[in-house]
Amino acid sequence: MESIKDKVAIIGMGTTKVGERWDAGVEDLLYEAASEAFADAKIDPSEIEAGYVGGLSATHTLNRVLKLNYIPVSGVENACSTGGDVFRNGAMAIASGMYDIVIVAAAGKQKDAGTTGIDMAGDPSTVGMEAMIHNGSVPRHFALYATRYMHHYGYSFDELKLTLAKIAVKNHKNGTLNPKAHFQKEIKLEDALNAPYIAWPLGLYDCCANIDGGACAILASPEVAKRYRDDYVLVKGIGLSSGWREGRMSQKYSFTMFPENVKAAQQAYDQAGITDPVNELSHVQLHDAFTVNELVDYEDVGIAPRGKAPHLVKDGYFEMDGKIPVNTDGGLKCTGHPVPATGLKQLAESYHQVQGTAGPRQVKNVRYSLAHSQGGLTGSFSTIVTVLGPRD
Amino acid sequence: MAGITDFGAYVPLHRLGPATDGWSGNNERSVANFDEDSITMAVAAVEDCLKGQSRADVDALYLASTSLPYQEKQAATLVATATDLSDDIFTTDVSHSLRSGTLALAMALDAAAAGRVQGGLVVASDSRLGPAGSDFEKATGDGSVCFQVGSGNEIATLETLVSAANEINDVWRPAGETMIRSWEDRFVQQEGYLDSLQRVLELLKKKTGKTVDDFDRIVLYAPDSRRHAEATRLLGIPRAKLQDPMLDRLGNTGCAFALMQLAAALEAAGPGESILVLNYGDGADAMVLRTTDRIADRPARGNRGLQGHLAACLPVGNYSEYLKWRGLFSEDSGVRRPNLSGPSAAALHREQDQVLRFKGVQCDACQAVMYPPQRICIACSARDGMTPIRLVGEPAKLFTYSMDYIAGTTDVPLVLTVIDFDNGARAVLMMTDRDVDAIKIDMPVELSFRLARSGGGITNYYWKSMPARELFVREREAVAAG
Repeated sequence: MESIKDKVAIIGMGTTKVGERWDAGVEDLLYEAASEAFADAKIDPSEIEAGYVGGLSATHTLNRVLKLNYIPVSGVENACSTGGDVFRNGAMAIASGMYDIVIVAAAGKQKDAGTTGIDMAGDPSTVGMEAMIHNGSVPRHFALYATRYMHHYGYSFDELKLTLAKIAVKNHKNGTLNPKAHFQKEIKLEDALNAPYIAWPLGLYDCCANIDGGACAILASPEVAKRYRDDYVLVKGIGLSSGWREGRMSQKYSFTMFPENVKAAQQAYDQAGITDPVNELSHVQLHDAFTVNELVDYEDVGIAPRGKAPHLVKDGYFEMDGKIPVNTDGGLKCTGHPVPATGLKQLAESYHQVQGTAGPRQVKNVRYSLAHSQGGLTGSFSTIVTVLGPRD
Repeated sequence: MAGITDFGAYVPLHRLGPATDGWSGNNERSVANFDEDSITMAVAAVEDCLKGQSRADVDALYLASTSLPYQEKQAATLVATATDLSDDIFTTDVSHSLRSGTLALAMALDAAAAGRVQGGLVVASDSRLGPAGSDFEKATGDGSVCFQVGSGNEIATLETLVSAANEINDVWRPAGETMIRSWEDRFVQQEGYLDSLQRVLELLKKKTGKTVDDFDRIVLYAPDSRRHAEATRLLGIPRAKLQDPMLDRLGNTGCAFALMQLAAALEAAGPGESILVLNYGDGADAMVLRTTDRIADRPARGNRGLQGHLAACLPVGNYSEYLKWRGLFSEDSGVRRPNLSGPSAAALHREQDQVLRFKGVQCDACQAVMYPPQRICIACSARDGMTPIRLVGEPAKLFTYSMDYIAGTTDVPLVLTVIDFDNGARAVLMMTDRDVDAIKIDMPVELSFRLARSGGGITNYYWKSMPARELFVREREAVAAG
């Protein structure tokens, strides 16, 4: 198996303002994100050879809105990690040598569904346990992990809540530095601790907003990338792991970690040649749809020891000036979660951090940045971990 | 000789009563949870009746109820499937009359006497709806009971059955309506209830020479406690022989009521007792049963029976919560979720074993148990060597849980659970009949058949996890039992 390391370059990225975008439809958001990416890459859209777009029914949106001239476009769907997988498919297309320049894009219009949270109306053919899991709210699934994590490692309820609250406070603080974030307001620890429950033990500030937004990247082979800019960013590794519903069926599954995260991270580290993530990663974007995810993800991607992440959170380890700043853009918590676009949005922050163009959020001396996106429900997920780094 | 060979019962956990804010009744009554109906209660009664016994020999199911979800489509088939009875059995609904329970029992006993049924089940289950605030609402209760009938090991045999018909609109529910109606009170009592009972007692006397003074125990159906007292007086029933109707704590459970009282009588009876059951509805039935020696030495099966279920209770905190359960209080005010489409009838039919019977599989190679059924073993990767195994009744414990405060407006918070069975299987299920303050990791849980997402005219059911009923046994019953 060959590594993807240094075979794919990002020459431009764009993200929309994320929020309650009553003014914009999916195609407006795709246009907005793509326009920024084109400007960033200084590319004429006619030079693009192929496209990948997030969402099963989205295949025809991309050429329609961008008027790309009969180029091949594929829709990619992988739940909440769709954005990461759109990027992965585009990167594989470049790495294969079949195309020199590829566009990857996705947009989410969660606010058109008329629901708070993800519209989970369900498939009528899904019956029994699967129907029960799919026809309901999402936070309750992740809350199962918080309950078990607390029980398994012997943390008190107050210790758990304080840890989760500190993660929310951190991400809200980071979000104030991001003009494209949905929430740009600091919160107090007490606000998070005293918030009403959404899915016990998770409260309001433990949950991200499902919201509207889009993101886009232009990928090229490194040779072609040089024609567009000097500071292109290289893909160092991409891992994807898809679960088999182990957590719903097997008592071996602990509900204190996500095995898909561990496997995807290991694949990406192996490709990138990373053996010591704590000291080799400068910056990390984790899929904090819920604060408990960020907590468990620290341990899954190997930047916190098992069961010890609450101690590191307490010490500010993942804050902007900590050892490994996590979710410098505010995370899903503050930028929001426009489902198919989220993975690309995570990558955009990593891209800017590596490139040194993250503005007031810039972490010093960034070498490797990790972007993680995770989709699924109770006991079964798809996780994509991508490591980006600078050209040598 | 044909007779009753065993029985079980079910009473919902919840009660409307003095502890319910906004409840205007003086009594306490059982009330089906939001996810219970006559089908789910019938399933629970059958499970109680069959607990610790083989169900392979059951060859008939008679389901009595006035409150079934479909006007065309049998309900007995659903109850038979959910309780994992064989497909190759006789099934029927006996409906429309408050006498359906005794009528179904009579039909089953006749079939057993004729030798056509060897191990039949008669289940009576009702959840009748009275207008909000009405006397009906206060007097009714929800519950179910199941009798096993056959020949050879009877605990009680049928000696006599006499019936009288009475064509009358006293209490009725028109097709398409959800609430029971009635004519004026004194008319109902005099021309309906009392007249029919008097006639059936005359018929009984003519046929057997016996009067109400000739029995050890008398079960008397009555719409409510006032009418029960009035009938007891007018019919001259000796109070010492009268079965406690439980109207102060159970309520009138419709077509199951007389048979639930019979179950209570049988739980207390010794050998050789004669029991008169007087049931009413569009006429009356007088059924005379005699207990056998076997009633005293039945082996314990670990089922809860009527008293075991009645002892466990949880008050509904607020009357408005009950109104929400019955759809009498708009649920649309706080909708955050889209209206769900109905399940696919084709998919439900295809997946019946895992959905209705709650069957997983056990790997023939390594004995691992898994739910839902898999083609490839999750433990040893063996392919297509699986034997179905039903998980209902298997001991299980709570592994982790969450409590959802936003998914709906009924039964908030909705409790999602991951449960681990002692046999190695795991399942993710909603939890019902819980006290949110008493949920703990590792607590023992059971499975309960409940209403699930319905739509498109399909009433849909699935299994939920449930804490053991014994957690809810009230102090006074616990003391009395001890």
